[in-house]
Amino acid sequence: MRDTTQSSDTERESAVRVSGLRLAYDDFLVLDGLEFDIRRGEIFAIMGGSGCGKSTLLKHLIGLRDPAAGSIFFGGEDFVKASESDRRRIQRRFGVLYQQGALWSSMTLAENVALPLETYTRLKAARIRQIVAFKLALVGLAGFEAFYPAQISGGMRKRAALARAIALDPDILFFDEPSAGLDPVTSRRLDRTILQLRESLGTTVVLVTHELESLFALADRALFLDAEQKRSTALGSPTDLRNNPPNEAVAAFLRREAE
Amino acid sequence: MPTGEQASFSVEASGEGGHRVALSGAWTLGAVLPPVDRVLAALRAAGAEQACVDSGGVERYDSVLPAFLFELAAAGERAGIKLTEDGLPGDVTRLLGIARSVPARDDGKRSGPSGIVGRFGHAIMEGFRSAADLLRFFGRGIAATGELLTGRSAMRMRDLTDIFVGVTVAALPIVSLISLLVGLIIAFLGAVVLRQFAAEFAVAYLVGYGMLREMGAVMTGVIMAGRTGAGFAAEIGSMRVNEEIDALETFGIRPFGFLVLPRVIALSIAMPLLTVYANVVGIFGGYLVSDFMIGVPAPIFFEEMVRVVGVKDFWLGVFKGYVFGIVVALSGCLRGLQCGSGAGAVGIAATRAVVLGITLIIICNAIIDWAAATLGI
Repeated sequence: MRDTTQSSDTERESAVRVSGLRLAYDDFLVLDGLEFDIRRGEIFAIMGGSGCGKSTLLKHLIGLRDPAAGSIFFGGEDFVKASESDRRRIQRRFGVLYQQGALWSSMTLAENVALPLETYTRLKAARIRQIVAFKLALVGLAGFEAFYPAQISGGMRKRAALARAIALDPDILFFDEPSAGLDPVTSRRLDRTILQLRESLGTTVVLVTHELESLFALADRALFLDAEQKRSTALGSPTDLRNNPPNEAVAAFLRREAE
Repeated sequence: MPTGEQASFSVEASGEGGHRVALSGAWTLGAVLPPVDRVLAALRAAGAEQACVDSGGVERYDSVLPAFLFELAAAGERAGIKLTEDGLPGDVTRLLGIARSVPARDDGKRSGPSGIVGRFGHAIMEGFRSAADLLRFFGRGIAATGELLTGRSAMRMRDLTDIFVGVTVAALPIVSLISLLVGLIIAFLGAVVLRQFAAEFAVAYLVGYGMLREMGAVMTGVIMAGRTGAGFAAEIGSMRVNEEIDALETFGIRPFGFLVLPRVIALSIAMPLLTVYANVVGIFGGYLVSDFMIGVPAPIFFEEMVRVVGVKDFWLGVFKGYVFGIVVALSGCLRGLQCGSGAGAVGIAATRAVVLGITLIIICNAIIDWAAATLGI
């Protein structure tokens, strides 16, 4: 069980706290010395150029990979050191939207959204159908329950995956490059849906992106990762970082310039 | 495309103790080019510590010239010879500038085993790792079965029935064909040998014993390894590539219970049934040869078979089918879950699943035969 008495004030404020995190693939170091916290209810962007380790960091945050060193705290609980059953309990509070949607291809959209509900609740089938229809309607896919992922467009797949991600009313939503492969109009529509969901559900959102439009439209704060230095080089509100960039790499990135 | 043009070089001593590498001829994609090592060897032979590459004599060039100079400068640096360039055309200078603007990352190179001994050792270690993976996977299978029995499994009954129907019905035509041919072959070979001892009637014994104890289960297992095992690996591998497995894991749904268990159970039920079917078809094939080639009619063929082939032979084959079903399903699912990223990885996973499945079928068959012989079955 979670021991809230041991949590400090900062931990109660933080949805996620990362401390001394080192990420590596075998002996290939990706990122080191990561220290940051994600506040409850904020939209937190992880930014950086291609290959800087954004998606790798996300994989570690959601427990798909174990870090080489350091800790990740969710509400005061150390996710890295937690037992398997505790990790699964913490993971149930996550919703993840993968880069390509990652909908289960052998299931209809309704079945995709229903599976987490069937796994973790004792709701009757009729109630699950009702929730599924509502979640699909929230992302603008009412009436698409019986469609398979292969039968709908890329943008619709992303939205259906978002409906699945919010199936269990998660505390934290993780988005891996939500705009990847989408045209600008669909991409902005998805940004708007994310913003509306955050405002309605109060969910903490962690967003991996290199899209500046999404960054300025959505993020309260952004963490910049640097592939050369293998660490984070800036943390702050996107507008502040653009107006007062802490280093040339961040300035160039936000000005869309090659160094 | 070779054009017969020639690119050449010469190393000369220049003033102030330096050396000069003079390039001449055509430095194009179709030309015959000198290897970088030969230029370095010539510089070493001349005792050069620094040299200037002069391309003033080059008649024609394309991207081959800057590519050569790029590699030569890097190789020279490693060999302790400092190389500079002189007389380069403007576009070549610009291309070299772009290529050298971002230094090569030292940590970008992955080292692997080199030499025959190193690679052999690496292959042996991979073999051990693979065996350990399989044992671990088998252990997880037992744990997942425990979860299923205690009602904690993520397995859905609908998946189990869909997979069972899919693997059984779809395999019937190929199992029919192969089993019929195997029965024919056993009877034909038996007839040729037994005729020399005037014991043609014993073909029934050979066909019944061979199909029920060995060939029915083994051939069905091999067919299922090539068909269903590869299919499982490709299907689960594609799910790995598309991040569908990651999505399961982040929902706290164990892929083993959700994906592997229904496939293992479906195939462990389907394989004994297919084995029985293969036995019937194979024996019928043997009977065809017996009746139409050797002249042993049906009553004698089947009477002879029932006299010598017992119920225990039938159940031994069914048991083998059950074991091979588990082995083929586990091989396919293991290789699927181990699939790397990219479309090519799915093909590799399917191939590895077939190789592992057939290897394990042969090993398990030998162990079961040995155990059966020891127990007098």
